Amino acid sequence: MSMAVLILLLLAGGVLAWQSERINPNLPRWVALGSVVGSLVFLLLSIPADQPVHLPNPGNPNDWMLYLKIDWIPRFGIAFELAMDGLSLLLVVLTLLLGLIAIASSWSEIDFKPGLFQANLVWTLAGVCGVFLAVDLFLFFLFWEVMLIPMYLLIAIWGHENKTYAAMKFFIFTQASGLLMLVAIVVLAWQGLASTGQLSFSYLDLLGLELDPRLGYWTMLGFFLAFTVKLPAFPFHTWLPDAHTQAPTAGSVLLAGILLKTGAYGLLRFCIPLFPEASMEFAPIAMGLGAAGVIYGAILAFAQSDFKRLVAYSSVSHMGFVLLGLYAWNQLALQGAVMQMVAHGVSTAALFMMAGALQHRLHTRDMRRMGGLWHQAPRMGACAMFFAVASLGLPGLGNFVAEFLVLLGLFAVQPGLAVIAALGLITAAVYSLWMMQQAFQGTPDEQRKMPDFDTREMLAMAAMMLALIWLGLYPQPVLDLAQPVLDGLQQLVPGADTVTALETPANNLAGGGL
Amino acid sequence: MGGLQIPMEHVLVLAGLLFSCGLLGLMLRRNIIFMLMSLEVMLNASALAFVAAGARWGEADGQIIFLLILSVAAAEVAVGLGLVLQIQRRFKTLDMDQARRLRG
Amino acid sequence: MASVALIPLLPLASAILLLLSAGKMPRHITAILGAGSVGLSAVCVALLARAFLADGDIVQATLWTWMAVGDFTPRIAFYIDGLTIVMMSVITGVGFLIHLYSIEFMWNDESICRYFAYMNLFVAAMLLLVMADNLLLLYLGWEGVGLCSYLLVGFWYRDPNNGKAARKAFVVTRIGDTAMILGLFLLFTELGTLDIQPLMAAANSQWQIGETLPILATALLLGGAVGKSAQLPLHTWLPDAMAGPTPVSALIHAATMVTAGVYLIARTYELFLLAPPTQLAVAWIGLATLLLAAFAAMAQNDIKRILAYSTISQIGYMFLALGVGAYASGIFHLVTHAFFKALLFLAAGAVIHCLHHEHNIFRMGGLRTRLPVVFWSFLIGSAALAALPFSSGFYSKDAILLSAWELPGIGHWLWAGGLLGALLTGIYSFRLVFVVFFGQAHREPDRQPGWKMSVPLVLLCILALSGGMLVLPLAQVFPAAAPHEASHIIEYISIGTPLLGLLLAYLMFLGHQLPADKLVSTAGGRSLRDFFQAGWRVDQLYDALLVQPFTALSHWWRNEPVDRIYNGVVTLSQWAHHKLTASQTGELRWYATTMVFGLVLLLAIMLRNAT
Repeated sequence: MSMAVLILLLLAGGVLAWQSERINPNLPRWVALGSVVGSLVFLLLSIPADQPVHLPNPGNPNDWMLYLKIDWIPRFGIAFELAMDGLSLLLVVLTLLLGLIAIASSWSEIDFKPGLFQANLVWTLAGVCGVFLAVDLFLFFLFWEVMLIPMYLLIAIWGHENKTYAAMKFFIFTQASGLLMLVAIVVLAWQGLASTGQLSFSYLDLLGLELDPRLGYWTMLGFFLAFTVKLPAFPFHTWLPDAHTQAPTAGSVLLAGILLKTGAYGLLRFCIPLFPEASMEFAPIAMGLGAAGVIYGAILAFAQSDFKRLVAYSSVSHMGFVLLGLYAWNQLALQGAVMQMVAHGVSTAALFMMAGALQHRLHTRDMRRMGGLWHQAPRMGACAMFFAVASLGLPGLGNFVAEFLVLLGLFAVQPGLAVIAALGLITAAVYSLWMMQQAFQGTPDEQRKMPDFDTREMLAMAAMMLALIWLGLYPQPVLDLAQPVLDGLQQLVPGADTVTALETPANNLAGGGL
Repeated sequence: MGGLQIPMEHVLVLAGLLFSCGLLGLMLRRNIIFMLMSLEVMLNASALAFVAAGARWGEADGQIIFLLILSVAAAEVAVGLGLVLQIQRRFKTLDMDQARRLRG
Repeated sequence: MASVALIPLLPLASAILLLLSAGKMPRHITAILGAGSVGLSAVCVALLARAFLADGDIVQATLWTWMAVGDFTPRIAFYIDGLTIVMMSVITGVGFLIHLYSIEFMWNDESICRYFAYMNLFVAAMLLLVMADNLLLLYLGWEGVGLCSYLLVGFWYRDPNNGKAARKAFVVTRIGDTAMILGLFLLFTELGTLDIQPLMAAANSQWQIGETLPILATALLLGGAVGKSAQLPLHTWLPDAMAGPTPVSALIHAATMVTAGVYLIARTYELFLLAPPTQLAVAWIGLATLLLAAFAAMAQNDIKRILAYSTISQIGYMFLALGVGAYASGIFHLVTHAFFKALLFLAAGAVIHCLHHEHNIFRMGGLRTRLPVVFWSFLIGSAALAALPFSSGFYSKDAILLSAWELPGIGHWLWAGGLLGALLTGIYSFRLVFVVFFGQAHREPDRQPGWKMSVPLVLLCILALSGGMLVLPLAQVFPAAAPHEASHIIEYISIGTPLLGLLLAYLMFLGHQLPADKLVSTAGGRSLRDFFQAGWRVDQLYDALLVQPFTALSHWWRNEPVDRIYNGVVTLSQWAHHKLTASQTGELRWYATTMVFGLVLLLAIMLRNAT
């Protein structure tokens, strides 16, 4: 029940924040903050202490940490079915924490209808939490759409100069691919009906379904497209730079920090386990797209002069690693992909907050008009440096652990692709340092007056720095949380695990074309 | 009594002619009032066919439908004339080729 | 023995404190904290070294498991043997002297706090690098020192050229680092561990000498070493890295960080023994680099660039030593080089400091009497660099050349190349001395170095002179080398060559019997000089081959070529929209007519189907 309460708390918090504007324009942000903190505390209190000691089977309701099923449209086998395991817990906590960061980053930025703004923010969080918790595919699709609409409004109403175009592009890309997923969901449910005689949209019932290979492949593609558009993977990423550039700071933080992760989560939770054979057949293409994204995003990031656009392309590059890790489908690579979801969420959220702070102060995102900012704002410079080197994968910070594990896992499967993706480490250094040079180093404009980070902003930044250092030096808690889930998912997919890859390394190496 | 006194075909041909007149009028006239009148003619043509058919089969359905058509026509005239007044006021003309604000 | 963690932790804590103070800490506290933490660290290393020399026990300490995913369980753990002790002593000892020197050198800089924070961070990262028990932790230190190098080269960030040099240093070394990380992937995938000692044991038991896999793995590791140690073909970043403050050049770009590649190869030497082709490549790379850099050093005018090229050249000697299997000699040269090159850089820094940031040696001159302490330091440093007899450099370089001579097969060629390098070293190092300290004075120094600068200079002088007597505790680390059996002739030749270089430098730059100007005045001479001065134009080559295409490509793609596909869809639907709206005329009659025709058509179809 606690999961439903969590989502309801957020939805109600949004309504309350919206209406509280009538009392005082400063109230909504406090209400929003309160509802997110409240949900977080509530969630942490309701986690059961005991976890299954055996290898969890995702098809068994008792193997989940929390499980809730309420009939909704029983006639079609649709239920309000939520479930939580370590992976969802991790992502929900990340969502709520980044929600706090998003609220903090827009604390004094919004003058127009602050109530509605905060409401949309919190509703997005509710939608994302729903996506991470739903295990009924129909419900999942519902939440998938729910998180889309408030995000669309955030961009379309509070965005920058070209907001309508960006919001529309974001909406159409996500919506069109989402419809493909809906079709795939319905096809899958009908297949379930045909083979078991019972219509059900439940993930637990549909797992392990025997599918006609051809049909399975096409249905898998429906899911894959929806999730890779969201991820985003090359070549479906073009909505992202526009949406990020035009979104208000809080919108960019949410978009980069958590909305992209729903795509990765969908691939990991639904796309690969539901269609194991088709996915393994498709894996080389998916990994190719991932590697292409790593390189392509990095090259384009280097050419940008807009701070936010640069960070947006760096996201494309980093999410390529997630795709590589997921389809390499061994323990190391999967853990790496999960780590990347968390670490990239934090580091990119921080960089977007930085971009928002710069825009708020300088009224431009164009780095050609910055330069030498370190002189005026050393705290901002230091923070930017920290997150820039985090994003280029400096060991000791979370992103390195993620990228290292992904590449290490990938190397056992596809050494050639690992080499190509490793080139992304070089290009990441090129664009990150170029960003620092353009914005913070160089000759300062002595005329420019600009305030440095204040205490609120420094607190948010310090929290994210500590999180990245923690993830980089002692990632074990995160790894332990995800490990049973990944083991459970891996046993569903035959024919791909690290053990065999390690036992016959020479063959793999020879086959990989290194 | 009972039955139709004149051949059925004659009535149907007449109804068809009337209907075609109405249809042509609707397609060719530009004045909205004439277009409305053409519609009335078409309605009446079909009503005539109903009445004739009712008489032919000795059933009351024909007359019932005739009454229905009558009331529909009355309603249509009421709405139509209201539209005519509005069109006259807005466009200062009754020529429907001039009133083409729906053009894409 | 987890207390060894204190050694890197002290500078790290100081760095964090300094960073958190955000420049608000008073200058003298900054200085005490910055230099003191490294000093304390040095004391700890000294205690550790005393204990080690007494009992010779290898110290191992595990702090925690970094991450555990299946079989992959790298730990934050230290492994301290003789090699590590040597490296740690150099890092903290020379590091402390340079920190002390920095207090005076950087006293008037507004960002002294940031400076010491970065320097301390560097020392901590470098210590982690050498103390690491596994290659992943080593990689952490490896990238950490790279970051600090980037930060310190670009320390004076207002000049975009410094930023460019810093980025170049980071990116070029990152290319090597990426090769190295691929090497780590390969090693783990094949051998199932990254802990250095078990790794080497596993390699010895699973691989045969000369197999493809060890060759590939060592080649990838060598890529990392080549990048970090500025060897061919990734050496181009080091001369530009001189944009940083001079003590930084002394610490990072002469004494410690750039020798990390040498350390890496020495640390994993058992892998290299399994891969003779890579081993040979190490020797050839070392030889080629030492010659190339020595020629380039002769044509430079900037005092720091001369020293930078000479550093590249000397590391070339170390690689040569590693390549011929004389690991202990390589490390010995690393140590003596740390002494005399740090000394030279600090002395050069003193010259620059006292001459208003003058870098061009031809605008100096006659400083022998004006800056006596600096002159003697420089002279001793140059003597050691040129390997004049009885200086520290003599012992280490001599050992390398002898080992090269004794290598069967190509050994004589390597020896001859090394000897030519020694001749060139003699010429360029004394060219520097003669031009800067003798002859006519062009500028007057406006101050004298104070005690904080002089004391490190004097101490380093002593080390540079007597460093040759040191006996490094490397006997247990490397296989024992056979005693040298070369004839005395070879010995005399290697003693005589640097003296010949000294003589030539005297004739060319002081006595003017062989004036260098005349040599350069011919067209061929000038173009040769320009060629050497531009570092054999390797930079231009890379610029044309890599940098320009990359920038061009990224600017060509800048506006998102993929979006054209989606824009095509948009254009298509807009076109269809225009075409289809043509049917919406707004004319009522048109609608009525089309409706009629549509109905007729439908009726016709239905009738046709009905019959």
